Amino acid sequence: MSRNRFNAYQDHGIGIGLRIPHYRHIFSRKPVVDWFEIISENFMCDAGRPLAVLDDILEQYRVVQHGVSMYFGSATAPDPEHLKRLKTLVRRTNTPWLSDHLCWGSVDGTYTHDLLPLPYTWEAIERTVERVRMVQDYLEIPIAVENVSSYAAFTDSQMTEWEFLTEVVERADCGILLDVNNIYVSAMNHEFDPLDYVNTVPAHRVAQIHIAGHSKYEKYILDTHDHPVIDPVWDLYARAIERCGPTPTLLEWDEHIPTFDEVHNEAKKAQRYLDKHAGVLAESAQ
Amino acid sequence: MNLETLQREMAAAVMAPLTADEDMRSHAPDGRPMSEVAAQFIAPNSRLTPFERLEIYNRQYWFRVLNALAEDFPALRAVIGARAFEALSIDYLIAHPSRSFSLRNLGSMLPEWLVAHPEFCTRRHRLALDVAKVEWAFVEAFDNAERTPLTLDQIATLDAHSRLGLQPHLQLLVLEYASDNLVLSLHKEHMKGASEAGVKQEDGPIAPVQLPRLRRRSTWVAAHRLENAVYYRRLEREEFLTLAALRDGATLGDALEAGLAQSSKPGSRQPALVQSWFTQWAALRWICAQDIESLLNN
Repeated sequence: MSRNRFNAYQDHGIGIGLRIPHYRHIFSRKPVVDWFEIISENFMCDAGRPLAVLDDILEQYRVVQHGVSMYFGSATAPDPEHLKRLKTLVRRTNTPWLSDHLCWGSVDGTYTHDLLPLPYTWEAIERTVERVRMVQDYLEIPIAVENVSSYAAFTDSQMTEWEFLTEVVERADCGILLDVNNIYVSAMNHEFDPLDYVNTVPAHRVAQIHIAGHSKYEKYILDTHDHPVIDPVWDLYARAIERCGPTPTLLEWDEHIPTFDEVHNEAKKAQRYLDKHAGVLAESAQ
Repeated sequence: MNLETLQREMAAAVMAPLTADEDMRSHAPDGRPMSEVAAQFIAPNSRLTPFERLEIYNRQYWFRVLNALAEDFPALRAVIGARAFEALSIDYLIAHPSRSFSLRNLGSMLPEWLVAHPEFCTRRHRLALDVAKVEWAFVEAFDNAERTPLTLDQIATLDAHSRLGLQPHLQLLVLEYASDNLVLSLHKEHMKGASEAGVKQEDGPIAPVQLPRLRRRSTWVAAHRLENAVYYRRLEREEFLTLAALRDGATLGDALEAGLAQSSKPGSRQPALVQSWFTQWAALRWICAQDIESLLNN
């Protein structure tokens, strides 16, 4: 696996998102899963069943935290209560790294609960870098920022999304959670070649990869996490693995969630690309 | 446009209510054409105008927050009907957009807001208020903190001047109907529908559900958590008043005075009654020491 300082040199393999409809299966069958990704916000409570479930999972599985509301790109300051609760959870899970999105979603203390895209400007870079550094210092673990799916582009943008991402992670000295499905969705919505994106991101900073399905509409694609991964996204995944090396990989499935086995089997398809890459490496070594 | 201005403009547009057909409105709340607002900061592509691109986010915002609210108040939705619930939710969310990083807190102001908004509930307004209170109490009881409880032996050492704390997950409710049972039965229906038919919230019945004839009857209820499950427990009026006074920081002596002052129960029975309360409260782990914040406030 691509171990680097942004994934704490961890060899995680292929994981899936921990979702409530699968709890019964997980606790009764105890399936072998490399790791689970949890949505941090679902467990940032004081007590009760969510934390009891989490503790049971932590006894048996490796867990990595993924957030949906840090909003690194929001112009107004983050809620200190949010950071405090996140740190409490980080101590509980001992997550080796933590990811959240390269986006904004709140302004003046009001939350949209959406992953809104940023204008790719130098001002946005400065704000975002400052926030990522602050969160990384406060949490004292590696941070990986995830590229989001987007449906709008801004008139103010001064660079491509991959240039913006690169500038942010280099200046903040953080990792990347490379979502190849999001790259595909944004490429279709903004009419660029997704390979340009995958070929350009700083591979040595990729801590983790997300794969997922999406929904196609007449004029745009929505990132719905409710379908299997399509072949063009697997192709991007293959290219990402080629560039980054085998990397902790996670399948997201959030709507119309099928059985645990169906989700897990879909995730495990990633193995063939990891094996292929290992085969290429072995061949070139001979 | 600087980043802060852009984010304020976009957030206002994204959170503006949709039309009845779930499209973005043609004009922003301040009267500007939304096509002009969108074109200020969003670029078109070969298939979508700035308006259409912004509309995707506008729809996603409302679908997300309306679903989240419906998930927390399924019984209220059933009591007033899906259509009225959606209208109520939109007005409520305009008045109280999310101020928390977590959607868990989205409905925190709903019971209070609903008091002044009977228009969504027709003849069931008082019942709807009860149901909203019970459902929000469930959210609070589900994952609020649990502090170390006092044992019965520890409680026995207290005197009239002692001040106590209650578990943060313990919610005390005064209801006009026995609506705790109604909520429980509607929640069971909701769970059954979701697991067997796999229907989404918006596919459920539009009209309010048929309800058994309910008579107004003052009811005192505690929503609390035990071994990670939420329960509703009926309280006697005296018991409720005593707990409420303890929660508000009264000394033990004053709390018992508040609870028993207007009690019709004979004075000779009151010591045994109080003893039975404390025995049950200790068993349910409801009583704890006052937390530091309360002590500082007092």
